Amino acid sequence: MDKQKLLQMYYEMVLIRRVEERGAELYQAGKIGGFMHLYIGQEAVSTGLIAAREPRDRVITAYRDHGVAINCGISANEVMAELLGKVTGTSKGKGGSMHMASVEKNMWGGHAIVGGHLPIAAGLALGDQYAGNDNVTICMFGDGATNIGYFHEALNVSVAWNLRVLWVCENNQYGMGTAVKRASAVDEIRQKAEGYGMKNARVDGMDVLAVYQAAKDAIDYVRRESKPFLLEAVTYRFRGHSMGDPERYRSQEEVKKWQDNDPIGIFRAALLKQGDVTAAELDELERRAEEETQKAVEFAEASPEPGMEELFADVYAEN
Amino acid sequence: MARITMREAISQALWEEMERDPKVFILGEEVGVWGGTYAVTKGFYDHFGPERVKDTPIAENAILGAAIGAALTGLRPVAELMTINFAFSAMDYVVNQAPKLRYMFGGQFTVPLVIRAVGGGGRQLGATHSQTPDAVFAHFPGLKVVSPGTPEDAKGLLKSAIRSDDPVLFLEHATMYQVRGEVPEGEYLIPIGKSKVQRPGRDVTIVTYAKGLELSLKAADELAKAGIEVEIVDLRTLRPLDMEPVLESFKKTNRAVIVEEGWKSYGVGAEVSTRIYEEAFDYADAPILRVAQKEVPLPYNRTLEQAALPQVPDIVAAVKEVLK
Repeated sequence: MDKQKLLQMYYEMVLIRRVEERGAELYQAGKIGGFMHLYIGQEAVSTGLIAAREPRDRVITAYRDHGVAINCGISANEVMAELLGKVTGTSKGKGGSMHMASVEKNMWGGHAIVGGHLPIAAGLALGDQYAGNDNVTICMFGDGATNIGYFHEALNVSVAWNLRVLWVCENNQYGMGTAVKRASAVDEIRQKAEGYGMKNARVDGMDVLAVYQAAKDAIDYVRRESKPFLLEAVTYRFRGHSMGDPERYRSQEEVKKWQDNDPIGIFRAALLKQGDVTAAELDELERRAEEETQKAVEFAEASPEPGMEELFADVYAEN
Repeated sequence: MARITMREAISQALWEEMERDPKVFILGEEVGVWGGTYAVTKGFYDHFGPERVKDTPIAENAILGAAIGAALTGLRPVAELMTINFAFSAMDYVVNQAPKLRYMFGGQFTVPLVIRAVGGGGRQLGATHSQTPDAVFAHFPGLKVVSPGTPEDAKGLLKSAIRSDDPVLFLEHATMYQVRGEVPEGEYLIPIGKSKVQRPGRDVTIVTYAKGLELSLKAADELAKAGIEVEIVDLRTLRPLDMEPVLESFKKTNRAVIVEEGWKSYGVGAEVSTRIYEEAFDYADAPILRVAQKEVPLPYNRTLEQAALPQVPDIVAAVKEVLK
């Protein structure tokens, strides 16, 4: 991978981290409402994954979507504005934290019904199959979504219809507060693909380069073979499930252990070890991410609320 | 004018739209090789091929989820649910996904989807296969709900639904596929969201749709023998609801009966009668009455099932009651 791309990935990971840290502050200050699910700790997954896609490959994810949005090229300004419910947000302030999307960036949401977007992902791939192209649909979801019926119906048709879907399970160990072991028939989510005769792999989701390589291989396979693939990325969220999580289900020691395994720290060490990247270059990227985040907050704060005309806008495409 | 059945009208609408627009395709259980469980898509598979007449597993979430996803890519899927009762297995897509994606993402998404579903009682299919839950679906903004009562309307409305950029739930009645009616020759469309006077009259307004129209027309013939002229307003679309012809008629007759096949509680009649009271209270000469299904799950036994469903004599009696 060329240096520029590596630095871009590092920048995105840091930017996601900073945007969410500021988001958490704004949430505590009462400027962000509703549910907000932070991606902190999981940045390597979407960063590695999205870096491996071509722009024509569609992306669809669950409600923990800020990071994915940024990786797909949605600006920090639009993400922050959506969090603050402003009309300049990705969804004009009508979607909120869980519903970020950009058709232009081929990012199809931001979906908050657990598992509900998996059959929709199959449909996106069906649309591409119907059109006769070889675009891949990348569908991300948590470990919790693999226990619900949608998962079965979607994976089943993706094989039966030869759909180009890369199913990506972000196994962050807990569906809300319920550990995988307590909710799932198997600990390794990738095993669930076996029942569909679907190729699968498991990757260290804290290592962005490993995720990138695994995603690249999987996307190539899906595109070439016109078959779906299930990639399980083992990861961990450093913060609670959402902003209102008492975290009674896991110990501080466990969280600490994973935090010592910070995906940004791992990537930084790897880049420095490689030799042609200097600490000063990475520090500069961190400074720029800080600056972009600050500007995004200012942009969002200064942006107008959606006007009352937005209340009734877009219920229907036509009247 | 040609005289065709409801089944033929729906089939023609699908066929013509598929011929006209390659983005239109059908998916659902047994729509292809089988030819449709109600034979609506008979012959389609051989003519249009397996990609455009797509057989699916018995998996309603996969059917509707895939249809929504395909619609997001710019296709115009017509997803068939074998019966509306199976919509409950995939309720998330009907009421929680299709109608909300556009609004929730700030107008970025367009969902040009038609969900065709058969509903209604009277075929001794037992409680879980015989429902007329139209009002449930009409509750949700973002969805359009259409339910025709004549072949002419079925054809024209289905063609409009397929061309609509919004998700449309198109409800057909299981006992009406053999109903015959005049249909214009050649291409025509009937706009969604327009009620229509199907029979003019001066004494009482009957507001109804779908199966209720068939029953009300029979009741009207009977009442005419007694010198009572009812005016029948067919809603045709439940959402968006066009109250104009209803109010116009009520202001003339000052009396109304609402006829629907679904349960009375929280139903179409509750909505329509309230709207009449809200907008034309001063014109009322009698309380508005509702004729609807008895508040029970539909039984299998034919006698009991028919007793639970609204019948022509119920409508005749209600009309006479509001004239007292």
